[in-house]
Amino acid sequence: MSADTDSDPDVMGLDHTTVTGWGRTAPTAAWLIRPRSYEEAAAAVRDCGARGGIPRGLGRAYGDAAQNAGGSVLDMTALDRVHAIDADGGTVLCDAGVSLHRLMEVLLPLGWFVPVTPGTRYVTVGGAIGADIHGKNHHVSGSFARHVLALELLTADGEIRTVIPGTPLFDATAGGMGLTGVILTATIRLQPVETSLMSVDTERATDLDDLMARLAATDHRYRYSVAWIDLLARGAATGRAVLTRGDHAPLDALPARLRRDPLAFRTPRLPATPEMLPEGLLSRTTVGLFNELWYRKAPRARTGRLQRISPFFHPLDGVPHWNRVYGRGGFVQYQFVVGYGREDALRRIVRRISERRCPSFLAVLKRFGESDPGWLSFPVPGWTLALDIPAGLPGLGAFLDELDEEVAAAGGRVYLAKDARLRPELLAAMYPRLDDFRDLRARLDPRGVFVSDLARRLSL
Amino acid sequence: MKDAFGLPQSLLVLGGTSEIALATARRLIARRTRTVWLAGRPSPALEEAAGQLRGLGADVHTVAFDALDPASHEAVLGKVFAEGDVDMVLLAFGLLGDQARDEREPEAAVRVAQTNYTGAVSAGLVCARSLQSQGHGSLVVMSSVAGERARRANFIYGSSKAGLDAFAQGLGDALHGTGVHVMVVRPGFVRTRMTAGLPEAPLATTPEAVATAVELGLRRRTETVWVPGTLRVVMAALRHLPRAVFRRLPV
Repeated sequence: MSADTDSDPDVMGLDHTTVTGWGRTAPTAAWLIRPRSYEEAAAAVRDCGARGGIPRGLGRAYGDAAQNAGGSVLDMTALDRVHAIDADGGTVLCDAGVSLHRLMEVLLPLGWFVPVTPGTRYVTVGGAIGADIHGKNHHVSGSFARHVLALELLTADGEIRTVIPGTPLFDATAGGMGLTGVILTATIRLQPVETSLMSVDTERATDLDDLMARLAATDHRYRYSVAWIDLLARGAATGRAVLTRGDHAPLDALPARLRRDPLAFRTPRLPATPEMLPEGLLSRTTVGLFNELWYRKAPRARTGRLQRISPFFHPLDGVPHWNRVYGRGGFVQYQFVVGYGREDALRRIVRRISERRCPSFLAVLKRFGESDPGWLSFPVPGWTLALDIPAGLPGLGAFLDELDEEVAAAGGRVYLAKDARLRPELLAAMYPRLDDFRDLRARLDPRGVFVSDLARRLSL
Repeated sequence: MKDAFGLPQSLLVLGGTSEIALATARRLIARRTRTVWLAGRPSPALEEAAGQLRGLGADVHTVAFDALDPASHEAVLGKVFAEGDVDMVLLAFGLLGDQARDEREPEAAVRVAQTNYTGAVSAGLVCARSLQSQGHGSLVVMSSVAGERARRANFIYGSSKAGLDAFAQGLGDALHGTGVHVMVVRPGFVRTRMTAGLPEAPLATTPEAVATAVELGLRRRTETVWVPGTLRVVMAALRHLPRAVFRRLPV
């Protein structure tokens, strides 16, 4: 977020600010409100002007999901209390502004872990539900909302409703990008762990077919699975990758030294990325070099290596503001999924990206499990590929439009939490429950109080 | 809303028959633009331009707009913004005038000045306010290299563009941090109806090239765009020539 603020002496801390997503593209201005109680949140929703409001967590959505040009953006991070932990049953009740990082700090010493974590711990519980995030365990555990037992939702009428799974409002809210209301609290079912370490198997795949074969054959043996893929490799090496898969290490797998404090949660962080970096730092040359080294440094095959949570799940969290490495122009993340049986589309897309030489060093391929109930939830059974690309790459917009066509033709979809550029006409084909979502919103929020730049851009 | 590449979904063109504006509109329609408002004096040419853009798949409306009638701007443009967000305003109207005649007939010169400067100040401020309240959008202002340094051959037009350029720069600074992006475009000699019959200046360019530069500027959120880009260097040099030398240049 930029620092262009002109402050207002309002008690809630009202700021007129330009806001962007994590990709730092398409800044828009909004009134930033930081409610410190449910009453302040309700008042903020009631007082939203003609241009409405949208809740925002830690701003990790890449695109414009938590922006609302000319309206209000409700920064929910001040509502960050962990209310109750059932250390026997493994559930937690907390405010939606609590980050997964905080939950890990609190829960790990008690032997519990969050049910699903994305590639960063710095997301809020509210954001995790709103985007219905997934992690490396989707093929086993599904999306985040599958582990939500109940949530409290502040709706456009100012009421606070308790929403439970299996109801239309829950299914619209899970993955609903904050457009059904402001999540205030959630009760989440947790994952028991004996240690805070991961037991990780690493192997290399020489090309895309090898990678897909390895993932398909043995993914079910691992709770967590992901593959880093080198999208700059061409020819016979197209799609070469490093698979990292594992599970929480049991206590008896730890050496004596680590057994003294098996649930310690250590998260070393480097100094933050500087504010002003030149554009083009991530060029084909630098990224190609990085990818080559990354691939070469990975062992061909190694099993049972112990790794801490942070480097396994959240390597980039060690570098605060890593998104600045893309410079002022920012970047887009493109993530899509195509169903099993449509490997042809995946192969074509990977080949096209490789041939185009997009400088992408953060590309991951993963297999999804069963679909999740959220109407706009992203995961469907199939292959998902995510990659970062500098937004300034010439012709990128048109190129991604072509990939969208491939994805849509294969019955796939792109992930709204990452989107900043989808052609709106394709949305309905990608999300068949879109009309249900729109109908529910029209009934629940007839004045259109909840609206975001994403919602405006795609007519959600 | 604009997307990650700064491409607008809705476009308001002030000066709806401007060739540069229409080339830009065509380019943007090919990407994301679906709604276009063509504002200009009602004429068959305006309707024809709208028809052509409709043929490209856009939803095009024409709006009766007269740069020389600032009193009407608030109402006319207000109606457009009331219909929905405008992601980009392209301020493209302007008169080249006829330098020799304008020197003889001050009233004709005033028309050039009022269209290019006063009219743009009025329309620019009206649009800026609406853009600011919607919290996003680009205001793209068609200036000219002629405004960078007034030349003997067209200083009436040049001075009006100089005023417009300074106004737009200041407006851009005033709107910094409001989510609104103001982009000043300084094309050199562009081959259009406006310049037909005039001797071509060096580094002459086309409406399509200006459109390309505008699209790139939107993506980069640039504040000043020169078309072609080399003009930036050329003009930087020309600006600093002593008057006695500049006066004698055959440009």
